[in-house]
Amino acid sequence: MSSSVSQLELTKPLETHPPVVDYYSQAELVIRPRRGWIPVDWKELWTHRELLYFLAWRDVKVRYKQAILGVAWAVLAPLLSVLVFTLIMGARGLGTNKSLPPDLKDHTGLFLFAGLIPWMFISQAIGTGGLSLVNQQNLLSKIYMPRLFIPASTIGSGLVDMCISFGVFFIWMVGAGYTPSPQIVLLPFLVLLTVLLSLGLAFVLSAATVTYRDLRFLIPFITQIGMWLSFVILPYKSVFNKKWEYVLLLNPFFGIVDSFRSCMFRGWGWQPWHLLSSVLWTAAVLAFGLFYFRKTERRFADIA
Amino acid sequence: MNNTVISVRGLGKAYRIGMVNPKHTNFRETVMEAVKTPFKRMRKYDDDFSTDEPDTFWALKDINFDVGQGEVLGVIGRNGAGKSTLLKVLSRITEPSEGEARIRGRVSSLLEVGTGFHPELTGRENIFLNGAILGMKHAEIKAKFDEIVAFSEVEKFLDTPVKRYSSGMYVRLAFAVAAHLEPEVLIVDEVLAVGDASFQKKCLGKMGDVVKHGRTVLFVSHNMDAVASLCTQCLVVEKGRASEKLSPEDGVKAYLSLTNADGSVPLRERPRIQHRTRPAIFTGLKITSGSGHPNVVQTGDAVTFEIDIENCEDLKNVTCGIALHNERSQRIVFFHTLFHSGFTFAGSKAGKLICKVPSLPLVPDSYYVELVMSDGYQFIEKVERVDRLDVVFANTLGTGKIPSRGQGFFVLPCDWKHEG
Repeated sequence: MSSSVSQLELTKPLETHPPVVDYYSQAELVIRPRRGWIPVDWKELWTHRELLYFLAWRDVKVRYKQAILGVAWAVLAPLLSVLVFTLIMGARGLGTNKSLPPDLKDHTGLFLFAGLIPWMFISQAIGTGGLSLVNQQNLLSKIYMPRLFIPASTIGSGLVDMCISFGVFFIWMVGAGYTPSPQIVLLPFLVLLTVLLSLGLAFVLSAATVTYRDLRFLIPFITQIGMWLSFVILPYKSVFNKKWEYVLLLNPFFGIVDSFRSCMFRGWGWQPWHLLSSVLWTAAVLAFGLFYFRKTERRFADIA
Repeated sequence: MNNTVISVRGLGKAYRIGMVNPKHTNFRETVMEAVKTPFKRMRKYDDDFSTDEPDTFWALKDINFDVGQGEVLGVIGRNGAGKSTLLKVLSRITEPSEGEARIRGRVSSLLEVGTGFHPELTGRENIFLNGAILGMKHAEIKAKFDEIVAFSEVEKFLDTPVKRYSSGMYVRLAFAVAAHLEPEVLIVDEVLAVGDASFQKKCLGKMGDVVKHGRTVLFVSHNMDAVASLCTQCLVVEKGRASEKLSPEDGVKAYLSLTNADGSVPLRERPRIQHRTRPAIFTGLKITSGSGHPNVVQTGDAVTFEIDIENCEDLKNVTCGIALHNERSQRIVFFHTLFHSGFTFAGSKAGKLICKVPSLPLVPDSYYVELVMSDGYQFIEKVERVDRLDVVFANTLGTGKIPSRGQGFFVLPCDWKHEG
């Protein structure tokens, strides 16, 4: 067996390492079974923050690789959706654009765009975030890392798309000569809420999908049905009368999607209740998402 | 011991059978199952299952050991013995069911090279991504970038997506990133078994380097050469339990005797290839040599294969062969009755075929034995991987050195001199 010492001699050391390893400057890592509620290790997330950035950067890079139009799709995709839905809304007989307030009558496209931006972000976060763990099982079973980053990083490419969409949106708005309402200053806050809500959903769905692969099939339905139940396309005012519209707030997506519109369009009316409901929903979903993810995380490698 | 870096006490990992490999066949079945036995299903995925239940399988049980600073602990054992589970628990990929482990210092684990590599990204991009996944800081990767590239030997293809790489290039790049990690504690699983022979040697050299600089390493391998040369201590894992810490020599010996005491499936019941279905002919194989251990032979030693045969009263004029394959499934030698005179075969109900090889000058490695019997046109029976034969080092050349795996297949004597 000693024969192979010669193998080592054949290869010269390639570089010099720092020779002294100071083990005792390091905190001791204790590995033992944990039960029940496992708090989020914020410190660990912070020390590994670069990893989150790299994972998100990877998704952004990969997303438009080998597409001839490349990043132009980030501009084209929402515009195409807006175009299609504008045509549907304006269709004779449907005439849903008639239920829009007077100042929006000529801006159906803008109205749709404002709802589609948050919705496209949420549905992408649910779709890719929900499958992020099962699609990258090696990251669960071959290495240890703060696993919250895996679903969280998928939000990154959605965020880039959302920024591009907003750019297009504002160019359109200025071009069309539409003056938004003063609540538009709340927009960054709404974006933050949307991101947090999507994070919470991505945590829950990705963790649940590891155990219940059924969600692979269910997630596309959630995003499709959710779009209609959240009145992203149809103006909810054309369906619900004032008395019943609070039922809509039971839908976690409705408040946030509508807040995007109500903070920009004067005629649509500022709706603080919708904003409040989306704050509450976001807090609840995010807290549950973190809790559920941490609780199931330690079994990921065993069942992935 | 006050320089203990890793300390493991009573560590155990239980799986519920059925949970290791849950069924996710189709949606209808899943729903039906959930409707029929909703609580069973929920219980199945409950985290805190009782470990006394009969369907519990202990992949690891009652593991205790300490690893001191600068030690290189080899973990060896057969497939399924629990080595990988142990590494996964220590690298925090999966949580133990009982006991605890304490580790000091930054831990990096390499259970696979190239974890997180994305095929669409270029080599350059993957270096950064993989480095980050392995726990390196951006600045650290940047500082070592040139070194990593030089080590990987893929400079020319740095801006090519790795999906266009050959598998060799891919693995070299992946290992190069991993090799430049500088953790205090390194946990490695068999990743040296990658790439071509010269790259393997380079990796082994790099590992040796890491070891020389006082890092603590936990090293799982089937490459007994690497274990013997790199490790300072050895742990033999068998059926979820670990031995005492042994010296590498004793560990390798213990491992070899384990591999040979394989009581799994008797040869009689092993799958085989037959041209026309008939009862099993090859029913037993015994490999003996001067080493004293069955299935272990020293390079250059004589070895005897005794094959038990049955159910061949109807056969005449058959030919028989024994082939040795290495772990990469290359056929290394073929002992066949066609090439050797003096073999006659008259059918009998039961009997023995004996093949004596006066000298087996193979490089130290593990070889797999394949048995064949044919009628000159077709296989009558062929059994692959009947057994393992471990060829171990012997000082046959008198220098204390012989070629090792990857440097050639045979250890043959020769004379060298310089004229002129």
